[in-house]
Amino acid sequence: MGLKMLQHHVQNHSLVQNHSVALRVNDQTGTKKGMDAENKVRRKDVLISMCDQRARMLQDQFSVSVNHVHALAILVSTFHYIKNPSAIDQETFAEYTARTAFERPLMSGVAYAQRVLDSEREKFERENGWTIKTMSTEPSPVRDEYAPVIFSQETVSYIGSLDMMSGEEDRENILRARATGKAVLTRPFRLLGSHHLGVVLTIPVYKSKLPPKPTVAERIEATGGYLGGAFDVESLVENLLGQLAGNQAILVNVYDITNSSEPLIMYGHQNQEGDVSLVHESKLDFGDPFRKHEMKCRYLQKAPISWTALTTAFLFFVIGLLVGYILYGAAIHIVKVEDDFHEMQELKVRAEAADVAKSQFLATVSHEIRTPMNGILGMLALLLSTELSSTQRDYAQTAQACGKALITLINEVLDRAKVEARKLELEAVPFHVRSILDEVLSLFSEKSRKKGIELAVFVSDKVPEFVIGDPGRFRQIITNLVGNSVKFTERGHIFVKVHLAGQSNGNTNVKDETFLNGGSEEGGKSGKDQYRTLSGFQAADERNCWDTFRHLAAVEDLQSNASVIDMMAANDASEDVTLMVCVEDTGIGIPFSAQDRVFMPFMQADSSTSRHYGGTGIGLSISKCLVELMHGQINFVSRPKIGSTFSFTAVFGRYKKKACLDRSKSKSEELPLAFGGLKAVVVDEKPVRAAVTRYHLKRLGIVSEVATSINSVAGMSGKNGSTISGNNIQPDMILVEKDYWISGEDGSAKGQFLDLRQNGHVLKLPRLILLATNMSDDEFDKAKAAGFSDTVIMKPLRASMIAACLQQVLSVGMKKQAGKDAPNEPRVPIKSLLCGKKILVVDDNMVNRRVAAGALKKFGANVECADSGGTALKLLQIPHSFDACFMDIQMPEMDGFEATRRIRKMESQVNEQQMVNGGSTIDGTAKKSEWHMPILAMTADVIHATYEECLKCGMDGYVSKPFEEENLYQAVAKFFQSKPKSVSDS
Amino acid sequence: MDRNHLLRQVAYMKNSLFDQGYLDREQFTQLEELQDDANPNFVEEIVTLYYNDSARLIQNMEQTLVNRPIDFVRLEEILHQFKGSSSSIGAKKVNDACTQLKEYCSAENTEGCSRTLQLVKQEHAVLRTRLETYFQMVREAG
Repeated sequence: MGLKMLQHHVQNHSLVQNHSVALRVNDQTGTKKGMDAENKVRRKDVLISMCDQRARMLQDQFSVSVNHVHALAILVSTFHYIKNPSAIDQETFAEYTARTAFERPLMSGVAYAQRVLDSEREKFERENGWTIKTMSTEPSPVRDEYAPVIFSQETVSYIGSLDMMSGEEDRENILRARATGKAVLTRPFRLLGSHHLGVVLTIPVYKSKLPPKPTVAERIEATGGYLGGAFDVESLVENLLGQLAGNQAILVNVYDITNSSEPLIMYGHQNQEGDVSLVHESKLDFGDPFRKHEMKCRYLQKAPISWTALTTAFLFFVIGLLVGYILYGAAIHIVKVEDDFHEMQELKVRAEAADVAKSQFLATVSHEIRTPMNGILGMLALLLSTELSSTQRDYAQTAQACGKALITLINEVLDRAKVEARKLELEAVPFHVRSILDEVLSLFSEKSRKKGIELAVFVSDKVPEFVIGDPGRFRQIITNLVGNSVKFTERGHIFVKVHLAGQSNGNTNVKDETFLNGGSEEGGKSGKDQYRTLSGFQAADERNCWDTFRHLAAVEDLQSNASVIDMMAANDASEDVTLMVCVEDTGIGIPFSAQDRVFMPFMQADSSTSRHYGGTGIGLSISKCLVELMHGQINFVSRPKIGSTFSFTAVFGRYKKKACLDRSKSKSEELPLAFGGLKAVVVDEKPVRAAVTRYHLKRLGIVSEVATSINSVAGMSGKNGSTISGNNIQPDMILVEKDYWISGEDGSAKGQFLDLRQNGHVLKLPRLILLATNMSDDEFDKAKAAGFSDTVIMKPLRASMIAACLQQVLSVGMKKQAGKDAPNEPRVPIKSLLCGKKILVVDDNMVNRRVAAGALKKFGANVECADSGGTALKLLQIPHSFDACFMDIQMPEMDGFEATRRIRKMESQVNEQQMVNGGSTIDGTAKKSEWHMPILAMTADVIHATYEECLKCGMDGYVSKPFEEENLYQAVAKFFQSKPKSVSDS
Repeated sequence: MDRNHLLRQVAYMKNSLFDQGYLDREQFTQLEELQDDANPNFVEEIVTLYYNDSARLIQNMEQTLVNRPIDFVRLEEILHQFKGSSSSIGAKKVNDACTQLKEYCSAENTEGCSRTLQLVKQEHAVLRTRLETYFQMVREAG
């Protein structure tokens, strides 16, 4: 680009040099233009004046010469012809002409030629003593007449005796001169002798006086000779011009333009260089009307370049240079920046590649470490099972604990690396939200109890039972958050709350109010507790406070009363369920300075934290990744010394129960339904906590009321006592919060409980149950004394745990009430399930077959074996008497899937036939006789894919090898449990 | 007294079989649990069955490795059977060797296969001797 500019500039420069063109091309400023034009005009004027001066001078000199030759002609006429004898001879002529040469400045010489007719030639030659010669100095051939030179100036003596009429130009001149009687000029030609370019002037000399107005013939007759003069234009004009000023600057050409189409050069060089652009022509009159001459003048050199043009040019050059340099610099800079950019890009790519490589490396290494670590841990476990001294045991246990911690860490790193390497994929299976939370709770119940922290979970009723997602990862996030909370909380509570993401939105306006109200008002109410949170300790995020929470709970109450179908319909509209999970704790909180790097891996609030509490700080970053994988967000509110509230959202798929009804897989909540319809009163002055308790009771189907004090319960109960029928609210149990019981109106409360018991025994004793986070033996004794003999439920509350406790408490009464139903009986033992059942075991491996058969036989089953799919098919030809079939999957020839497919096909054929045959029979009978044998896969690998495959080809479930009683029971139970019932029912 | 001693020795021996990794504790214990009055020699019966069956399978595998070109698919089939049986009785070391052999088999590494098959055979044989002694002792303890 810079180069181009330079070129352009050079072009400009050259244009400026050529003045006129430059003027045209360059749009210069007005003054510059004016100056240049002025210059030009002046230059032209100078040329004109110089040219005219030269022309005039030349003409003057010329005419002077011509005049003198004229005079000479008259002289010759007078003294040679009229005076007789002649007074002139060669000598006199030469003398005279030489002395008057200055009068003829342009002439190289003059000569006189006599007119000699051919008849007079002999006489003439005799008189003079020489012969007439031609121009080429040959003796002249015979002609009509001759004009031999008889007198000549010394400078041209060489033409003496030459016949002037033999030269073409001269002859022409002579003829013309004597006809006109005037001085005539030849056209320019090379002169004899000097060979310079010149013209010859010829003037006739008459022998006698002419009559006035003579005719041509008279003139010729009178002609005695001719006086000729040679103008040596070349050398003499040179001399003449040389004397003038400014000769060097100007180039002069003189042309004979008699023939205007082809001017003949008389003086000057035709092709000499010069300024062609400016020419001035001046007319010349040399006194010969026949011949026309002109002078052309040019400057020898082109017009000098004006200073302005020069400076402009220079400035342009400089500017161009600068601009060029600037552009060049810019271009270089751009190129450099581009190069840098490319370099950076490459570095970025490399860095990213390195990052991925790092993650992969981490993943690989972690995985590789896990294997030997498992070995180490296994060996340590074995070592611990041997006899060890206490010291040894201590060492081994320490090693084991360390190893476990290491494994946990490696798992976390592996997770994180997986997430980073984008290898982590989420499952999409239906799972039970509430049981996941229960599991997490049970995980931390031990720790929280030890620390005396209240740990509770609350799941909003709006949250569907099942959602589709990755239960493992969901649990991992909650576990991580709760784990952190447990780790950093020394007092107060940890509260996990799950609701739909949209649910809390409406409540945001409540928040301010809550915040403002803070504690003072409530302080007045309860006297002791400042905050209406789960435990009464202040929480970081007020949104979890009672006011908001009540709103949530209230809405639920309303909706549970309203038609559930409505709600379901509304929820079913969308495909996704967005859950919002809040984990609130009253721990040490996160310092404000550290809050922005909470989600960065290996970053704990400060280094002392890890010393104090352990852990690597990788958990939250993994949680964040997982939450993002679930299309959710995680954030937190934390106030140092007060606590933190982490909340995250996660998007799950809606589970359509009708679409895929397989309960074995989704592992439905296994809560006994025996408590449905029971009534309970929860005595707790903390509404949040009461709501949590209610939530768990509700899950068990227990209808509960909340009473803020024991008095109200007593009142209720007392009322019931009076109306003995007791058909409205007669609580089956009263759950009392330990805090309340301990702190409350000490003696009186206890007394009231006793009263209550005594009053209440009229009809049915409500069971008194104490809810406690932790309890000393002393307290336990006191509680027993106070009437809580029934049971104490240790927190954290879980539906299943409450169920277990209630079972224990109510079992006596239950047995009395519903002896026949006995729904609380744990389960039918497997032996009774399988006893007498005829079971086919299909396995190609003899040993495996034998083991499976042995196991089933042990449970009382009647076992038959088949060693291949084909054999099994034969045995299962309908009708057969088998109750179930256990099928190995990997078998040669026909594998388990294929065999099952064929069996199913066979069955459906038979069923169809039956339908056709027994079309008239009632549905019930037709159904009963429908063939569908439970087929269970036996497989060593329990991969999910295998399970799906099993279902796809028509199997009913699978048992992992080797058989375990629990496993087997679960798989078999659903087929055999329902069967005897249906049989007995019908 | 003598019987007690024998029983203790049996228990010790079994434990050492577990501890040295020859047998999978869980699997073998489960097998033993299947043994009851109705089926008093169940474990021994299974183990005998295993040795009868596995001897054949090992022979087959060796045969497959001798033939050229080696039919790795067939080898893997037999190996699967063998591995299934082995895991059924809880022959842990044999099973581990099988896993290794399976990997070589998948990689179609002839040299590795031959080497690992020797290892399998060796583990198989060692376990056999140990188990024979063990059952001998069990019978003596009655």
